[in-house]
Amino acid sequence: MIEFQLDPASGVATYLQLVQQVHQGLRLGVLEPGEQLPTAQQVVGKLAINPNTVLKAYRDLEREGLVRARPGMGTFVVQTLPGRDEVALARFLSQMTKLLHAARAAGLGHDDIEAIYRTATRNAFAEGVA
Amino acid sequence: MTVVLETGGLGKQYGRRWALHDCTLSIPAEKVVGLVGPNGAGKTTLLHLAVGLLSPTTGTITVLGDAPASGRTQLGKIGFVAQDTPTYARLSITQHLHMGAWLNPNWDSELAAQRVDQLGLDPKQRAGSLSGGQRAQLALTLAIAKQPELLLLDEPVASLDPLARREFLQSLMEVVAEHGVSVVLSSHLVSDLERVCDYLIVLDASHVQLAGEVSELLASHHRLSGPRRDPATLPPTQHVIEQSHTDKQSTLLVRTDEPIHDPAWNVTPVTLEDLVLAYMSQSRDNQAVGRSTLGLVP
Repeated sequence: MIEFQLDPASGVATYLQLVQQVHQGLRLGVLEPGEQLPTAQQVVGKLAINPNTVLKAYRDLEREGLVRARPGMGTFVVQTLPGRDEVALARFLSQMTKLLHAARAAGLGHDDIEAIYRTATRNAFAEGVA
Repeated sequence: MTVVLETGGLGKQYGRRWALHDCTLSIPAEKVVGLVGPNGAGKTTLLHLAVGLLSPTTGTITVLGDAPASGRTQLGKIGFVAQDTPTYARLSITQHLHMGAWLNPNWDSELAAQRVDQLGLDPKQRAGSLSGGQRAQLALTLAIAKQPELLLLDEPVASLDPLARREFLQSLMEVVAEHGVSVVLSSHLVSDLERVCDYLIVLDASHVQLAGEVSELLASHHRLSGPRRDPATLPPTQHVIEQSHTDKQSTLLVRTDEPIHDPAWNVTPVTLEDLVLAYMSQSRDNQAVGRSTLGLVP
């Protein structure tokens, strides 16, 4: 069974840390379909976090289709992470590289680009949520 | 949405001083609510009003649909652990449990005995010889064995060392996970509550400064830093909570439900602690302004 850890200094929301650790477990093969995730009670008994945080993480994983809650039994892994689309990744990388060259040609420095990237990412994901 | 605790214009006055003033709150059920504020902010007063140990000077308060301490049934639905987790020093743990069983109609003696066992406590030991952490755990055991719907805890971890603090919060969260009880716990330290609360109330200077779901509060507040700018020129959807300026730079903490598109700002998320401190210093500034317009501060 997977054991969750928290990094309080990471600045990442607690429920997201749990989601990411399940993702990582699936990628590394530590977690496999059929395996049970710890119950909310087991997690909060160890990490001293709000049980709703654990349930929120499990709901997110369920929405992704990775786990399923069986009432009275627990939450189980039903699917492993889909492989990445390498072609799409490569295409995106080349587009991004072109864009960054253009930004440098326009006189923007490393920090400017970082700031723009952070703003753009935040906006893109905020729109996705809303 | 069910509400466990509701107040309207609630106030408590001692002599000329208001310990709690114009407090209007609506606390949803099945939450772990953090009641945060400096010492003397009114946290204990609010909790004592909720259990019926105090009666209000002004306004109304309803707990689980009834007036506080309005009857035996209502009292049975509320578990209260007062500040410094008081127990009877000369009574043994077993005697505490017997007393609990005798005083509470819904007492779960199996749950109580099981918890004492899990904590590794000797039932014959007197409460007076327990460590601070063990005493807090005994007080929590008494409060949950009566099977309340709402658990009110006044500064439960303030006097505990870091390990006992963690163990206490672990136990408390296990109880929440297992029994689905609603919890309100107060603390003057946000860091104690950060991981356990999903609802936050900030009290300062006898007033509610902020109340809401933690996830919503964190999502709607941002720290902006960038070239110096007059906050009056910000979009009307962005409310400035805190600001500081140098001759070239401005740093703002804003509340907004809209995404921030202005590329001039470097936007970073805020922590719960940043938020609480910002609202508290806002309340201090408002008080200072209030006094100076009254001519009390030169």
